[in-house]
Amino acid sequence: MLKTFKLGGVHPPENKISANAKIEVLPLPKSVFIPVAQHIGAPAIPVVNKGDVVKVGQIIAKSSSFVSTNIHSPVSGKVKKVDVATDSSGYTRQGIFIDVEGDEWLEEIDRDETLKTDFDFDAKTIIQKIQDAGIVGLGGATFPTHVKLVPPVGMKAEVLLINGVECEPYLTSDHRLMLEKPEEIMVGTKILMKALNVEKAFIGIENNKPDAIQLLTSKASKYPGIGIVPLKVKYPQGGEKQLIKAVTGKEVPSGGLPIAVGAVVSNVGTAFAVYEAVQKNKPLFERVVTVTGKGVKKPSNFKVRLGTPTTELIDAAGGLPEDTGKIISGGPMMGKALATPDVPVTKGTSGILILAESEAKRREYIECIRCGRCVSVCPMGLEPYLLMTVSEKHLFDRAENERVLDCIECGSCSYTCPSNRPLLDYIRYGKAKVGQIVRSRKK
Amino acid sequence: MSITIIYTIATLSVIGTSAAVILYFVAQKFKVYEDPRIDQVEQSLPGANCGGCGFAGCRAFADTCVKAENLAGLNCPVGGNETMGKVADILGLVAEKKDPRTAFIRCNGTCDHRPKTSQFDGASTCAIAASVYGGETDCQWGCLGYGDCFDVCEFDAIELRAHLGVPLIIDDKCVACGKCVDACPKNLIELRKRNPKDRKVVVACRNKDKGAVARKACDVACIGCGKCEKECKFDAITIENNLAFIDSDKCKLCRKCVSVCPTNSIIELNFPPRKIVTEEKEECTTEK
Amino acid sequence: MSKILTVSPSPHIHSSDSTRKIMLRVVYAMIPAMLWSVFVFGFDAARVTLIAIAACLAFEFLIQKYLLKVKPAITDGSALVTGILLAFNVPANLPWWIIIIGAFAAIGFGKMSFGGLGSNIFNPALVGRVFLLISFPVQMTSWPVTQQSGVDAVTGATPLGIIKEALNNGVAVSEIASKLPVPKDLLLGNIGGSLGEISALLLILGGIYMLITKVITWHIPVAVIGSAALLSGIFWMVNPELYINPVYHILSGGMMLGAIYMATDMVSSPMTPKSQIIYGAGIGVLTILIRLFGAYPEGISFAILIMNALVPLLNRYIKPRRFGEVKKQPAKA
Repeated sequence: MLKTFKLGGVHPPENKISANAKIEVLPLPKSVFIPVAQHIGAPAIPVVNKGDVVKVGQIIAKSSSFVSTNIHSPVSGKVKKVDVATDSSGYTRQGIFIDVEGDEWLEEIDRDETLKTDFDFDAKTIIQKIQDAGIVGLGGATFPTHVKLVPPVGMKAEVLLINGVECEPYLTSDHRLMLEKPEEIMVGTKILMKALNVEKAFIGIENNKPDAIQLLTSKASKYPGIGIVPLKVKYPQGGEKQLIKAVTGKEVPSGGLPIAVGAVVSNVGTAFAVYEAVQKNKPLFERVVTVTGKGVKKPSNFKVRLGTPTTELIDAAGGLPEDTGKIISGGPMMGKALATPDVPVTKGTSGILILAESEAKRREYIECIRCGRCVSVCPMGLEPYLLMTVSEKHLFDRAENERVLDCIECGSCSYTCPSNRPLLDYIRYGKAKVGQIVRSRKK
Repeated sequence: MSITIIYTIATLSVIGTSAAVILYFVAQKFKVYEDPRIDQVEQSLPGANCGGCGFAGCRAFADTCVKAENLAGLNCPVGGNETMGKVADILGLVAEKKDPRTAFIRCNGTCDHRPKTSQFDGASTCAIAASVYGGETDCQWGCLGYGDCFDVCEFDAIELRAHLGVPLIIDDKCVACGKCVDACPKNLIELRKRNPKDRKVVVACRNKDKGAVARKACDVACIGCGKCEKECKFDAITIENNLAFIDSDKCKLCRKCVSVCPTNSIIELNFPPRKIVTEEKEECTTEK
Repeated sequence: MSKILTVSPSPHIHSSDSTRKIMLRVVYAMIPAMLWSVFVFGFDAARVTLIAIAACLAFEFLIQKYLLKVKPAITDGSALVTGILLAFNVPANLPWWIIIIGAFAAIGFGKMSFGGLGSNIFNPALVGRVFLLISFPVQMTSWPVTQQSGVDAVTGATPLGIIKEALNNGVAVSEIASKLPVPKDLLLGNIGGSLGEISALLLILGGIYMLITKVITWHIPVAVIGSAALLSGIFWMVNPELYINPVYHILSGGMMLGAIYMATDMVSSPMTPKSQIIYGAGIGVLTILIRLFGAYPEGISFAILIMNALVPLLNRYIKPRRFGEVKKQPAKA
């Protein structure tokens, strides 16, 4: 009996059409735009000026507080300007424009591809290295990793969970990474275990990726303490709370952090980035991005320098299909639709999904028929139909009592609603409003 | 038969009388003293319960007024100075004089000025659209047109104009309660001084992008050139973040800035027509 | 880039299910029982069904178009389901004008007066049925004999009617046993009654189809039938001469039809499994109580309507188990 989480969940068609495409290195772009806010927390502060010459891996924006990260130049070249431009948020953000010249890396970065397993670091050094390297959660949430590695006072991590679930349909970047860099992920996991001072780590993988499960299991014997946990396919298993429930059987209390049940969750991509940062001194300036969609000629997985325009990725995957209706940064369930493909790849870009016009439009919505499906699929045990109604009517007190803040915005309710109601649209709105109210109350 | 009727009447009368007696004593016992002036003040208020004063309805406002030592900071925007004068008379206090105000949507980015570059397909409210991205046009500052302001207005003072993409505030009906100001996620609506005949000279733009970017997104965008600032003799115009702003309390309605604005982003309203009559706006349908 | 892209909040994909498909599946599930009714009652059954469907669709269209002034949405299939259910709940020899009145009560009072699909508190078809039952008690309880029985009678009696009469007159169960059909006939539907309630077997078959296609969950039917069996079982054990055995209660009358098709109506049933079980159990218990102690021989329509009225309360107070609700958070003052 395979493990999974209990409450709710849906089974959208997987459509992992790019699963067999090996990770390719995308050619260097001509110019990049690197937003200084690519993570949760305070934006980084630019430390370069127009005309400065930068090398690959050089810090170009410094972390401005504890919950913030450094940003490194992904290319070598000349800083064109520090200005605002639209990024995947749909709004303009401050960022650094660099014209690419050559590909000159900082000397301390070890560019050798051979596996290095040097565990002779203490926790403090590891965390410092991770912080310096600007690593954030690469699953899409982009929460600075070093913050997670320092548990709040009085709490102790007991287990590390590595998220190889990739429950979003279409996306395959984590899957490919597990197949092509299994040992590196293991080493990265080991390093994270050391930083957290935990004895146990589990890598959770859904069993629609049997090759990855098999490969990692065969490697796991060399790394004591790391277990591979095959999981039953169900969305949103990649959600932090759902993964913890599936693997350990524990439920993170409402409003609490995973550390409350002694768990820390990191993505496989993050584990790989940690490996590179600690073993190879390589900061986070590139990542694997899936470019996919039913109309895409060559669904691919690319290793991309951050700041590369999305258009270049799309071109490399065979160009934008004729009937494109929607471009999504991320997966179809939680990704963000882009108004223009002219935005840069950032630390949180796990995939670019192109939907045809026929798939892009939502169907018209009708009255709620009170079938209760949204309730039965909600992985948090909420009542989406009710949360939508109270948010729509601005009854934010009621929304708060009905635990709108517990919503993880997985989209299962909107996905499943037979009346096509925009449940999550309104719930997200209610959640934002209630969040404001709660914050102002604290002040 | 008649006995039954008599019994019925008798029992009902007894029940009725005893209930009345009980209620009377209960009412005496649980009587809450309320300052009778609260009722008087409430009577003199417009009774719209709009919340424009910042309190939860007219009664709450009346209660606050009666308990307050002076009326500083207390103002009913709907009733204006006249109502506040009445309230002050009842309470024997002095009301602050306030200039009457009216709301204005500082965006003129109708669909003929601002080309649509994407199509929003979520729940049609401004708040939700704004949480997703900058909007259907390249101007991320401008009106989204889904009418969150229209939805909150209790005085029918906003015309949605879905065909143009930007709502219109009807000055005659606007009472400056400020609900729309809070509802607009783009912060476009401003309560401006109400001038005679509702005349106004306004920068109908909130675009803080650099001139070229702003102009590309919308042909009536303020590009922050500063011509109006130089032209203004009354220091009413300030430029900040590539955007001009006319302080309605300082503006003397001379309209000089209107003629120098290169992008027509400063508009004059309700003035007698100058030489050229403003042409009727072409209709272009936007899907709501 | 001249192409205009669509932008919307996530999720960007949607399951292929729609309200219309769900309604159609309910219709498919009812087809076997519908065909059986035509086989048993002949052309009359088809006549009643067609009139009921046509009248429901027509009233839905007219009310939406001219009274509520909204875009008519008769294609969503909900009026079709109401029409068939209404037909299932009346005898086959009902005059056409009574059916139309029933359809009007169902759509007009039961559904549109609350604001249309999704807003109605009560099951529309049952509102129609009960309206007719109270207004036209004679016509509504004169059951045509089945074509198979071969008896020269114009009207027959339902098993429940026979049982009720015996109960009221203090006749022992063993004395009426010969008048009652055997359980096999109950199962197959070789008995008198409303159009759709006669064949328990075919109704269960449709129910299984709805379970597989996830139109309904097992909670409500199991709770209704389980609680009814339990309660009637208790009575039967206490006094088998006075109260008939539970098999008759389960297989006769509208029990199956009610439990599988009407109590499970999405709009008027509760949302969470826990409240669905409470709701179902309430229906089962009330049905048996009405059958044994009430004025009518059959009680499931009333039982469902009564429990329908409690649904808002159940939804309000019975919450699903929430993730991470391990310990109670201190109540906010």
